[in-house]
Amino acid sequence: MDLRLSPDEEAFRDRVRSFFRDKLPSRLSDKVRRGLKLTKADMEEWHAVLHAEGWLASHWPERYGGPGWSVVERSLFEDESAKAYAPRVVPFGVNMLGPVLIKYGSEEQRRHYLPRILDGSDWWCQGYSEPGAGSDLASLKTSAVRDGDHYVVNGQKTWTTLGQYADWIFCLVRTDPKAKAQEGISFLLIDMKSPGIEVRPIVLLDGDAEVNEVFFTDVRVPVANLVGEENKGWTYAKYLLTYERTNIAGVGASMAAFERLKATADTLTRGGKPLAEDPLFAARMARIEINLANMATTNMRVVAAVAGGGAPGAESSMLKIKGTEIRQAITALQRRAYGPYAQPFVPEALEEGYNGEPVGPEGAAPAAASYFNNRKLSIFGGSNEVQKNIISKMIVGL
Amino acid sequence: MDFQHTEDRQMLADTLRRFLAERAGIEARNKAAYGDTGYDPQVWAGLAELGVIGALFGEEVGGFGGAGHDITVVFEEIGRALAVEPFLGALMVGRALAAAGRTDEIERLIAGTVVPALAHAEPQDRADGAPLASVARRDGDGWTIDGAKAVVASGDTATLLLVSAQTDAGASLFLVPGDAAGVEKRGYLNIDGGRSAEIRLAGVRVGADALVAEDGTAALAAAEAAGLLALSAEALGVMEVTKAATIDYLQTRKQFGVPIGKFQALQHRIATVLLEIEQARSAVINAADAFDRADGPRALSAAKYTVGATGQLVAEEAIQLHGGIGMTWELPLSHYAKRLTMIDQQLGDQDQHLQRYIALGRTA
Repeated sequence: MDLRLSPDEEAFRDRVRSFFRDKLPSRLSDKVRRGLKLTKADMEEWHAVLHAEGWLASHWPERYGGPGWSVVERSLFEDESAKAYAPRVVPFGVNMLGPVLIKYGSEEQRRHYLPRILDGSDWWCQGYSEPGAGSDLASLKTSAVRDGDHYVVNGQKTWTTLGQYADWIFCLVRTDPKAKAQEGISFLLIDMKSPGIEVRPIVLLDGDAEVNEVFFTDVRVPVANLVGEENKGWTYAKYLLTYERTNIAGVGASMAAFERLKATADTLTRGGKPLAEDPLFAARMARIEINLANMATTNMRVVAAVAGGGAPGAESSMLKIKGTEIRQAITALQRRAYGPYAQPFVPEALEEGYNGEPVGPEGAAPAAASYFNNRKLSIFGGSNEVQKNIISKMIVGL
Repeated sequence: MDFQHTEDRQMLADTLRRFLAERAGIEARNKAAYGDTGYDPQVWAGLAELGVIGALFGEEVGGFGGAGHDITVVFEEIGRALAVEPFLGALMVGRALAAAGRTDEIERLIAGTVVPALAHAEPQDRADGAPLASVARRDGDGWTIDGAKAVVASGDTATLLLVSAQTDAGASLFLVPGDAAGVEKRGYLNIDGGRSAEIRLAGVRVGADALVAEDGTAALAAAEAAGLLALSAEALGVMEVTKAATIDYLQTRKQFGVPIGKFQALQHRIATVLLEIEQARSAVINAADAFDRADGPRALSAAKYTVGATGQLVAEEAIQLHGGIGMTWELPLSHYAKRLTMIDQQLGDQDQHLQRYIALGRTA
């Protein structure tokens, strides 16, 4: 039992740290730290910096332009990235589609799409959820009917994150309506510029529109855009979800958010004393801090097990639940900290270069919006209730 | 990073588990735990012979372990078996003696020829660092001790008491034979098995060599640190067995024609229990890791808080998921639930340790 990093791992972490220190533009880290909105250009700028270092696609094998990192190294990179307030890598192309193409795509697809993901030529979004298919994803209805060298796609996807920026969408579509739910699904790559696609923003409760509805009306998609075999899409989708669930605990991000909370609690006052000295607020913070320290170790235990050749099963679900509970608890405290100043709603204050007079103390503007936005954490990526079903199924086995 | 125990520690755990399963299965355990001595002296002697007590101490005082992970390996097994032998007393008394440089007494302790008990807590509530109500006065070459000690584990059968008493120098520590004149013990059963005692000291006279430390602060802190780590690991062992029993029950108990584990309301409860136990294990690992470091006390409070809160959840959920049968004395699970709950009452509960965690964070 030894919780210390090996000398090699420590050297790796130091290398990563100095990279963030030297190469992460302070303009970007400042926006992330302050909870301001990142533009498409911000995200692309950061992707380009990572790509130049060869560190953008941390999951990919070296052959395709990945850094060839171990599980432990990936985990260290992700934690350090969050602690440095680096923008999150937009996951759809790099972390989701990339691994699927590498495992199931044709050589031609790999040669065409993978470099374009790395150099930012294509912005991808994910076409999974539908209005009638959320947790029960296999009940999806968007259809793709073969017509010569094309599929004709009709239906609707929803909760398409950053779809407003996307050049391409990878979609789960039903190609065999008569088969059992999971067996009639295919994995299709669709050009967002195709005629018959309409993107409508969904305004969320924080006033922001990071998600969209995507409508497909007789959209013609070349058969060459099918990944793997027809009707095997569910297998690929599940494989993709295993990548969606890596770094699911979000330890680094929660640690960074907790540091911000501590700074907030030291700065603001309640009853004439620093908020951090309010016994009830201090108790809420301490519970979170302890939970987070426990989770950091739980996460490393899982990482170590995976590095030793194990496959995470129920552990991924546990980390997803605990990780999101902790993150949500931090955002809730960050909101509470500002008292009545959480209420003013000034969305323009979250844009870079806002020159207006701030309402309330530094950091107040995004506090409530961020809290409301982060309610999504326990809903997406498999709701926390679905995760509990999975844990029970795997361990109790019924 | 390595989350596996060393081969030696794993062997110790296996040996201990086998021995306890053979010699102190739940029926034998309950017989001893609710009997006249509160534990089985033969099991205690057998475990001493296996070297289990020695594993709790470093080589410099005659043991062969003593690191945080040695303590947690032993106490997790104690928890799994609900063992009631006086390990906690041995650990805490031994650690205090080691910290005070009284290694001469530790040999007997490791051999298991004494039954040690730490007599520090008192019936009256007092602030940390406030003077003890028990007082020792110089008396010729030696000392006379008067006072009262509360819920001393194995206090009525203890042959060697480590007693704290106020002197001019602060909280001093004295070794007092369990049968010394003036030591009055009121022994009783604990609800989770084992025995404790209220101990009154009325004009107890001891020699000069009974004084272990004039300022016992550091020795008491060492004893407390080890005790907190031990109880946290013990709780983890109790949780693991409780978890296995509850999963088994969900798989086998049928209602409405199906195993009750088919019901989502119960699935979600067990899922929460399972993930919180993993968090508790991480807390114990963190505490064992930090045990010898400057940040040890804070990690220990984090662990004791965590097992306190998680223990309550696990105990209550296990009983609930078992339904009526979980309420019975006959079911081993109920004894596990009781022990788990009582661990939160020992050496400070979840609220006290949360407060201590906060206070230590301020001074850091």
